Amino acid sequence: MTHAERAARFLADPERASWHDQSLWFLREKRDRAARQVPDWEALREEAAAIKRHALSRLPELWTRFEERARARGAVVHWARDAAEHNAIVASLLEQRGVRRLVKSKSMLTEECALNPYLAARGIEVIDTDLGERIVQLRDEPPSHIVMPAIHLRRGEIGELFAREMGTPRGLDDPAALTAAARRDLRTRFLAAEAGLTGANFAVAESGGLVVVTNEGNADLGTALTRIHIASVGLEKIVPEVADLPVFLRLLARSATGQAITSYTSHFHGPASPEGELHVVVVDNGRSALLGRPAHFEALSCIRCGACMNTCPVYRRSGGHSYGATVPGPIGSVLEPARSPATHASLPHACTLCGSCAEVCPVKIPLPQQLLAWRGELRSHRPGGVSVSFGLRALAAVMTNATLYDFVGRIARSIGRRLPQSVLGALLGPWTRGRTAPVIPARSFRQLIAERERKRG
Amino acid sequence: MAVGLFIPCYVDQLRPEVGLATLDVLESLGCRPDYPRDQTCCGQPFLTAGLTRESARLARRFVDVFAGYDSVVTPSGSCAATVRRHLASQVDDPRAQALASRTHELCEFIVDVLGVFALAGRFEARIGLHPSCHALRELGLGRPSERMGGGRDDPARLLLGSIEGVSLVAPSRPDECCGFGGVFAIGEPAISCAMGRDRVSAHRTAGAQMIASTDVSCLIHLDGIARHEGAPIRTLHVAEVMAARELG
Repeated sequence: MTHAERAARFLADPERASWHDQSLWFLREKRDRAARQVPDWEALREEAAAIKRHALSRLPELWTRFEERARARGAVVHWARDAAEHNAIVASLLEQRGVRRLVKSKSMLTEECALNPYLAARGIEVIDTDLGERIVQLRDEPPSHIVMPAIHLRRGEIGELFAREMGTPRGLDDPAALTAAARRDLRTRFLAAEAGLTGANFAVAESGGLVVVTNEGNADLGTALTRIHIASVGLEKIVPEVADLPVFLRLLARSATGQAITSYTSHFHGPASPEGELHVVVVDNGRSALLGRPAHFEALSCIRCGACMNTCPVYRRSGGHSYGATVPGPIGSVLEPARSPATHASLPHACTLCGSCAEVCPVKIPLPQQLLAWRGELRSHRPGGVSVSFGLRALAAVMTNATLYDFVGRIARSIGRRLPQSVLGALLGPWTRGRTAPVIPARSFRQLIAERERKRG
Repeated sequence: MAVGLFIPCYVDQLRPEVGLATLDVLESLGCRPDYPRDQTCCGQPFLTAGLTRESARLARRFVDVFAGYDSVVTPSGSCAATVRRHLASQVDDPRAQALASRTHELCEFIVDVLGVFALAGRFEARIGLHPSCHALRELGLGRPSERMGGGRDDPARLLLGSIEGVSLVAPSRPDECCGFGGVFAIGEPAISCAMGRDRVSAHRTAGAQMIASTDVSCLIHLDGIARHEGAPIRTLHVAEVMAARELG
């Protein structure tokens, strides 16, 4: 299914689509207010972009240093070429230690690798502890946003879900009460867990440390209460120095949720206790291939703030699930076709090229240019269907000759003017679904100007 | 100074009066552009649809037709942006880069090239100015709401605002995309129309009698939506507003 088809389905409930649009626009406005309070915001973006581009040009060196330093602090670094290797490494670490219950904080990488079903099939229970992720896990659906996984759901729907799954009273839709119920339920899961898995927002080469930001403290709880900490980290998450962190931390939460900083910024340097273990699984899964694509490699700078989604007028009105991909929105439409071009060929067309995403991106990824480049490369998707694609090619041929263009224009307008509105509307197809056909003028500009010149002599 | 007038294909065929208004405004400011008959299209619709071979052929053609002019002016922010941002990368010709930097959107041309910052005359209307995304974010004509500081005044706002009697209303989400997006409008009609309806309603709520823009493509889309919804709001190109001034 294409993005357009899934989007039309989401918009079939206009009231929900409008609510979704407004919820996300609210976040965009919060981001604007937060960014405005940083006097050197644009300079900070420049700096973050430069650090990321620099890091991407030195991945082998930086990761080698990271491994050395992390090992010195007692961590073990594992290397996974792809999702299958990542899942196998995590499963074997857990199985060797007899772990049956794993708590997991926010990690889009494990979504990308489909770790949960892989572990479940091996009899290992995985509990997502980020509230939004827990909600979509209980609903057995993927996150619809990378920062707010359950942003597509309303309070009432969450109340229903909790009533079914946690036995809360029916009709409960008070956010505080719902959060308290989730907290109580999660607390027992935390206490029963034997290992904790986290993602990482940043891996620091200089220190061999990992940084995880959360608003719920669930990464800390999951790693503090268990002996074994596994961190799944994408190859692009490395930054050279500790001094780079403030640049990103000032940008990340402001861009993501409009907060000056998240409630928790957790730094992990080696295992939490002398008898504990820290395993860092560094995952490539197509990232090094993307690095080799000049038109698209800068997408690896992404710090997963989700600001491009919140500002995207298409995302806001079509919902995250309309992208049919782990990462939705503008950045997802760049990243996902690299992984699976056939499946995701329609995503680069789910965009008007308005450019708002590039303006909010804290690391200045040229998203519109990247989407445009994909459109030229992925010819399997034809926006508007085969007839539109054929029509465009014919039109392009007409445009190569001004006389032919003038001639075809006269004929087309003359026919268009004679047709009844209903027939014209039918011919214009998707244009007139929601739009009245334009009034077609008798003469083109070039005809009018020729007449004017004749009159003027 | 030899000025070439580029009237984009869809303006030529669907809103020819915008071309005439452009010419009138320029002539009223003492500029007499030349309209080369051999022009057709800058290639934008094909470029954004991913038909790069087709768009490159038209980009080359554009260079051949317009390279001889000192300046090129066009009543379209998005076609000017296509030339400025995508001509040189598509055409391996030393003339392309120079031509790209000499090609201007109409209001930008009036302010930057002609050095006119205010217009005489009177036009009584409450206007909602719809910034074309490409004029705003690709040509940098105005300050995008996402950006914190820097940038320049929007020349279209400057010129319209200088006309006596014009009051520019303030719609919510002032620079959100209208949803046209070229082939997007027919490839994703549901989203495209939803975006357009939101813009029309924002302008109406702000009290606009008409929506003005530097891009006819946005306007044809918004006009189609306004008429479909029965919304009493007109759409005018900025050139038409400027040409409609009563010079006393």
